[in-house]
Amino acid sequence: MKTLLSDKKVSMRDALSETILKFTQEDENVYVLDGDLATSTKIDIVANENPKKFLQMGIAEQNMMSVAAGLTTTGIQPWTFTFAAFLAKRAIDQIQVQIAQPKLNVKMVGGYSGLLTGLTGKTHQALEDIAIFRSLANMVVLAPADATEVKKVMEFARSYDGPVYIRLARDAYPILFPNDYNFKLGKAVTLNEGTDVTIISTGTQTSRSLEAAEKLEAEGVSVAVVHMPSIKPIDKEAIIKAAETTGAIVTAEEHSIIGGLGSAVAEVLVEEKPVPMLRVGVKDRNSESGPNEQMLEKYEISPNHVAQTVKDVLKKK
Amino acid sequence: MSNLLSEEKLQLLNEKSIESRKLVVHTVHHAGAGHIGGPMSAVDVLVNLYFNELNVNPEDARAENRDRFVLSKGHSAVALYTVLAIKGYFPIKELDTFDSMDSRLQAHPDMNILPGLDMSTGSLGQGISAAVGMALGAKLKNKDFRTYCMIGDGESQEGQVWEAADVAVKYGLDNLVVILDNNKLQQFGWGESFDEREVPVTNPCERWQAFGWNVIEIDGHNHNEITKAFNAARTVSGKPTIIVANTVKGKGVSFMENTHRWHSRVPTDEEFDHAVQELEAGV
Repeated sequence: MKTLLSDKKVSMRDALSETILKFTQEDENVYVLDGDLATSTKIDIVANENPKKFLQMGIAEQNMMSVAAGLTTTGIQPWTFTFAAFLAKRAIDQIQVQIAQPKLNVKMVGGYSGLLTGLTGKTHQALEDIAIFRSLANMVVLAPADATEVKKVMEFARSYDGPVYIRLARDAYPILFPNDYNFKLGKAVTLNEGTDVTIISTGTQTSRSLEAAEKLEAEGVSVAVVHMPSIKPIDKEAIIKAAETTGAIVTAEEHSIIGGLGSAVAEVLVEEKPVPMLRVGVKDRNSESGPNEQMLEKYEISPNHVAQTVKDVLKKK
Repeated sequence: MSNLLSEEKLQLLNEKSIESRKLVVHTVHHAGAGHIGGPMSAVDVLVNLYFNELNVNPEDARAENRDRFVLSKGHSAVALYTVLAIKGYFPIKELDTFDSMDSRLQAHPDMNILPGLDMSTGSLGQGISAAVGMALGAKLKNKDFRTYCMIGDGESQEGQVWEAADVAVKYGLDNLVVILDNNKLQQFGWGESFDEREVPVTNPCERWQAFGWNVIEIDGHNHNEITKAFNAARTVSGKPTIIVANTVKGKGVSFMENTHRWHSRVPTDEEFDHAVQELEAGV
């Protein structure tokens, strides 16, 4: 199969907003907890249209996560919303001790993940959240690639009894999935078939990887693109199969190259099927505030960087 | 002033307190590990909760409408374990497994493996927020159970305690009672010399009042006062209650009292015998 990049871009935040409102309307036990970023994360829709289901927790992320843990013990399914940076780095002890260790049914939605956070700069970006969350036992870590997949992973999270971290981005991304797309926990999705090399990508970096694959195909390189919405649990079989069929792997993520998808894929390859592999991601450095396209170029995660990394890995085959 | 407890009930609670303290000393001595000073200061409030105040039943430890208790100062777990064992949640003999491999009695409370624990705690400052969540959940779901939580005065140095304090007032959680085990010492604390140490906050009542809480100050080793405070908390509407329980770290054993040295020291065989003698004499 071959996935074409649609011209239609839809905001992940809008998809989230519609979906969470629907959940609060359909399920008496779904409540929304806001770390006072509702107008950024777009969950203010719940405050406006279903205010009884909206619990303002103020600018106090640590308390918010522990309150959520307590709420689960009364049968409530709390959905907590703040920026990925604050979940993963400010409240991670609360998340580990009171949510992950006891496996409580808290949903954690990290908005503004990665590098493109609307000119907010390095204090508000999250380039470590995948690394941090996937190291916690009992944690599920999901990073959807488009607005359709945002809805699908949220539907999964609602039906799953346990902690789930959903990594979202601020801006609009091309629609990749049809409405009848079926998200499965722990399963990768092949978006492009190819024989020379496989790009394994997650979240927002998947549409950039498809763009890179198109460019490379025009140059005669056959590139498979495997999207990994479920970073934990990860689809080991898909990684091994990609290594066997194409013999070279590039991972791509809007995240640090330390500890994220690239590390997760490398862990599988080293133990099961070592093949040449390179990682696209932010290379162990702090970033800054700036316009999206310039940020992608400077921090080496643009489609051009993905394409160049594919060429580099092919030399190692 | 009339006492609310009958002579019989008061005697029962005092006996349970002595039994609990003996078991704390026994368990730490047997395990060769654990905290001792903080658990000993917490015992009387815990005994009063489980034998006088909480609507709980060891036979139905997960009952939906049971009262909840969160030990936010999780390192005092051993005191809670002795009270839960005396109450009948598990055999007293099981206290001997404390801190050993595969034990349900972890160094800090694990809600998933021991019946009677309503929340896992250990990292300080978090339990009170979870208790706020339970009390808020009760309000949202129109349940009439009450939520109780014990915090430490050292623990109150964690900023999260005050985040929780704010939100509890914001949501008018009059179904929440927090007990501050105000033993005025912590692991090492502040001081001019090694032995003269303290928690620097001397005005917890003013602080909690400023945060908008109903504040009741008591002697945390007096079952009559503890009972009166719980009763008074039930009459308050629209805001949460904090009971500032003035206590003695290491309470009940002369050489453990009022010193940080017994925060987590294990008694020698000789010290153990001496401690049991003092506790049996009912100091």
